[in-house]
Amino acid sequence: MSAAKLSVVVFSGTLDRLAAVSIIASGAAAMGVETNLFFTFWGLAALRKDAHRKWRHISSDYGQEGSNLAKLMEEKKVPSWLEVLRQAKDLGRVKVYACAMAMDLMGLKMEDLEDVVDEVTGVASFIETSQGGQVLFV
Amino acid sequence: MAIDVKVDKEIDARGSHCPGPLMELIRAVRSAEVGQVIAVLSSDTGSKKDIPAWVEKAGHELVGVVEEEGYARFVVRKAR
Repeated sequence: MSAAKLSVVVFSGTLDRLAAVSIIASGAAAMGVETNLFFTFWGLAALRKDAHRKWRHISSDYGQEGSNLAKLMEEKKVPSWLEVLRQAKDLGRVKVYACAMAMDLMGLKMEDLEDVVDEVTGVASFIETSQGGQVLFV
Repeated sequence: MAIDVKVDKEIDARGSHCPGPLMELIRAVRSAEVGQVIAVLSSDTGSKKDIPAWVEKAGHELVGVVEEEGYARFVVRKAR
């Protein structure tokens, strides 16, 4: 398969953005693209085991439209972003990194995070890993 | 238009949203034998571009696409 590579800094923890991240990761996995997701700050907070079920944050940029969208996604039984991410990992070369600095800040350990996380890593190693590919900041 | 080929497995992914139908197709193709034919039904409009793009990339054969009312049926032969 191709040597293409996509790396995403997942800074945001709102469900709309996380949905986009997991869908992009699925597409990349399907197309044989090496995919690295680097979760930090709010993105990392959304990966906490105790957060996932009750995590309801959605971008406030669009006011009422945002919560309407969330309701619609629930009604139409759109799978959760975490579920979509699991499928993507199952299917292709998707690696999930947790930012060490944000983990220290929030007092989190590997076992506090969902099992999709492959590794705890720092920014320098993310830069190294993403070298030569496309990078997105979400 | 019907496609005159024996289908070994048919997946009904209607109602599943992007990238669901493609993911289900990939899983089915992976677990199939080379030469087998998989059909997937999808009501997701993105599938019309995504499924042919994946089939080409992965080196399989798109036997045909049939447009039905509110969904499309993609027939894929596992080529390798």
